[in-house]
Amino acid sequence: MNSLPSFETTAATSAVPTAAVHPKITGRNVNVFYGEKHAIKDVNVDIPERSVMAFIGPSGCGKSTFLRCINRMNDTISICRVTGDIRIDDKDIYDRSLDVVQLRARVGMVFQKPNPFPKSIYENVAYGPRIHGLVKSKSELDEIVETALKKASLWNEVKDRLQESGTGLSGGQQQRLCIARAIAVSPEVILMDEPCSALDPIATAKIEELIDELKQNFTIVIVTHSMQQAARVSQRTAFFHLGILVEEGTTDQIFTNPVDTRTRDYITGRFG
Amino acid sequence: MFLTLFGLVLAVAVVCFFVGRSRAVAVSGANYSALHSLPSYHGWWLVLMAAGPAFAVLVFWSLVSPYLLRPMMLSQFAPQLTEFSAAQLDGFWRDIQAIAGGGTPGVRDAFREEAAAAYQSTNRLSLIAMVALMIVLGAVGFSYAWNAIAVHFRARHRVETAVKVFLAASATVAILTTVGIVMSLLFESLRFFTMVSPLDFLFGTTWTPQQMAFRTDQVGGTAAFGFIPLLTGTLLITFIAMMVAAPLGILAAIYLSDYASPKVRAVGKPVLELLAGIPTVVYGFFAALTVAPFIRNSGQSFGFDVSSESALAAGVVMGIMIVPFVSSLSDDVINAVPQSLRDGSAGLGATKSETIRRVVLPAALPGIVSALVLAVSRAMGETMIVVMAAGMAANLTINPLEAVTTITVQIGTLLTGDQEFDSPKTLAAFGLGLSLFVITLSLNLVALRVVNKYREQYD
Repeated sequence: MNSLPSFETTAATSAVPTAAVHPKITGRNVNVFYGEKHAIKDVNVDIPERSVMAFIGPSGCGKSTFLRCINRMNDTISICRVTGDIRIDDKDIYDRSLDVVQLRARVGMVFQKPNPFPKSIYENVAYGPRIHGLVKSKSELDEIVETALKKASLWNEVKDRLQESGTGLSGGQQQRLCIARAIAVSPEVILMDEPCSALDPIATAKIEELIDELKQNFTIVIVTHSMQQAARVSQRTAFFHLGILVEEGTTDQIFTNPVDTRTRDYITGRFG
Repeated sequence: MFLTLFGLVLAVAVVCFFVGRSRAVAVSGANYSALHSLPSYHGWWLVLMAAGPAFAVLVFWSLVSPYLLRPMMLSQFAPQLTEFSAAQLDGFWRDIQAIAGGGTPGVRDAFREEAAAAYQSTNRLSLIAMVALMIVLGAVGFSYAWNAIAVHFRARHRVETAVKVFLAASATVAILTTVGIVMSLLFESLRFFTMVSPLDFLFGTTWTPQQMAFRTDQVGGTAAFGFIPLLTGTLLITFIAMMVAAPLGILAAIYLSDYASPKVRAVGKPVLELLAGIPTVVYGFFAALTVAPFIRNSGQSFGFDVSSESALAAGVVMGIMIVPFVSSLSDDVINAVPQSLRDGSAGLGATKSETIRRVVLPAALPGIVSALVLAVSRAMGETMIVVMAAGMAANLTINPLEAVTTITVQIGTLLTGDQEFDSPKTLAAFGLGLSLFVITLSLNLVALRVVNKYREQYD
C-alpha cells in the first residue's frame, strides 16, 4: 500500500489541479490482478461530483477493469484481486463492513451491449426498485418508472407500450432503457462501459445528449473508445495505457495540450 | 451372394472414381483451373452414374425377388399343395429354401427335393438376370458419364444434387419407419377394439386380461380390459417421480451452473450424468431391495399399512433415475442465458439468488419446461423399475403406499411367453401402446405450445 513515487503517479497527481468540486470518488494506489496478470498498476485518480469523467485508452489498457472496481463488479470474477483504496464520499468501498449490494444500488452501471431483461419495459425499470424494496405501492412504482424513463428520454417513445418486451426495442432504445433501469434505483454514480459501441451514430448522439443532461444529478464515469465522444461529453479525461493511468486532466487540456508523449501519440492517432 | 456382388460393385465404384478423376485431368490438359469442377467431382460423377444404378438394382432385386419367387413356386406345385394350411405352406417354403441353400430342413422328402431343385434353378435364373441388368445399366451409365466429362461439365452440381437426394432418402426412411410403426400400432389396436368395446377399454375400472380362457373348451373367468387402473397407476408413479426429479434436477442445475466453482462443476456434472448411464434394471433392484423395504419399515413404524411393493418406492427411484435428464438439460439452458443479463442484474444491486429467481430462471423457462416434459415422457415409458418395485396388481388407487401397475408393465406382461395373435388378451397390448403413444404425443404437443409461447415473449 505504500506509494512509491513512480512516474505514473506523479504524472497523474501533477496533472490534477485541485478540483473546484469536491471529489466524489477517490482512488489511491489501486492495483488489480487477474490471477498472475497485473492489470491495473498503482492508479490514483479523483473523480469530481456531478460531472462526466471519461476513461480513454487503447484496448486492454485496463480502463474497463478500473471502472468495474468502482462498483465491485470484479467481485464476480473469482481470480480477480483488487488492492489499494477506493473511496466514495470518503467511505472505503472495499471495507469488510460494506454491503456490496448497497454499494451497487448507489453506483449504477450501463454495459457495452444493451442488456435489457427479457421482461416488459415496465418490469425492466421496476426491477431495481423492487429488489431494493424502495416502493410501498403500485402507484409509487408507476411514478418511479415514469420518472426514470423520462430522465432517460425514453418515456415519449414507450409510454403506450410499457407492457411490451424490452428486448423488442431498437438498440439505442434498449440502451436508454438500461440507463432508465439504472436511474430508477436513484444512484449517485453511474458507470458506463462503452455505452455506445453497439449503436449507430443517431442513437449514439441521443445517448450523448442524455449523458450531458444526467450530469446535473449524477456523477458519471464513462469508458469510451471514441476520443470524439470523450471530447464531446466529458469535463475531465483520464488516459490509460498498459494498466497505468498515464495522464489525467480537464478534457480541454488532455486534448489540446497533453503533457505526456504517450497521450499525445494516442490522441493524434499514432497508436491504439 | 449379396455380399459378393456388393463387394464387386464397391470395387467397380473405386475404380470408376479414379478413372473419372484421371479422365477429367486428361480433358483439361493437366490444367486444373480450366475445369469447372475439381477432378475428384468428376470421379464421383462417374461413380454415381456407373455404380449407382447397379447398386440400386442389386438392393431392389434382393429385397423383392423372394416375394416374387414364392408365389411362382407355390403355383408351380399347386396341385400337390392343395391340402396345405397357411402355416404348412410357410413350413414348405422354408424347407425348400433350406434344402436349396444347404441348410437343415424340417422335413426332407422326394417332393420337397424336387421343389427345391426347381427353386434353385429359378433362383439361379433370377440371379443371372439381375447381374446382366446390373452390367448393362452400369455400362450404359459409365459410357454416358465418361462422354459427359468435359472442361465445362458441371460435375460439382450433379454430385451436390446426388448428395441432396441421398440425404432426403435417408430422412424419408426414418420418417416412413415411424409412420409404419404408428400404422401397425393403429391397425392392431383397431383389431383389438373390434373384440373389446373402446368404451369398456377407456372407462372400465377393472383390468383382468389374464382371466381370459385360452381355448373354447376351457373354463375361464371373465376377462376385463378396463384401462383406468393402469392409467392412474402410470400417472401416479409419474407424478411421484416428477415430484422427486423436478426440484432435485432444477436445483442441482442451478447450483452447477451458477454457484459451483469450476472444479466442483467439472466433477459434479459428469457424476450426475453418470446416473443416466445406469441400466434401469439396476435401479429396479435398488428400488425393490432397498427403497421398498425401507419405505415399508418406516411406514410401519409410523403406523401406516404399506405393501411391500409400492408406487412410492417405484416413483422415488424413477425420480432419481430422471434427475440427470432434468439437471443436464436445465443446466444447458441456464448456461445459455447470457452473462450480460446476470451482470445487468448484479449491477443493479441484486444478489445472486435474486438474479437467478427473477432474471435467469424466467429467461430459461422454455428450456426447463421442455426438459421436464422430456422427463415425464421418459417416466411414462419406463417399465423395469415398476415391474420390480410397484408390482403387477392393477389396483385402482391413488394411495402411493399400495401396489399399482402401469401401462408399460402390462404391455410387457401381455406379450411375454407364447401368445396367440388373434386373442384380445394379446392385442390389448397394442391398445395400451396406442394409448401411451397418444398420451406422450399430446404431452409433447402441449409442451411445444408452451415453449413457443414463452419464446415469443422472451426473444
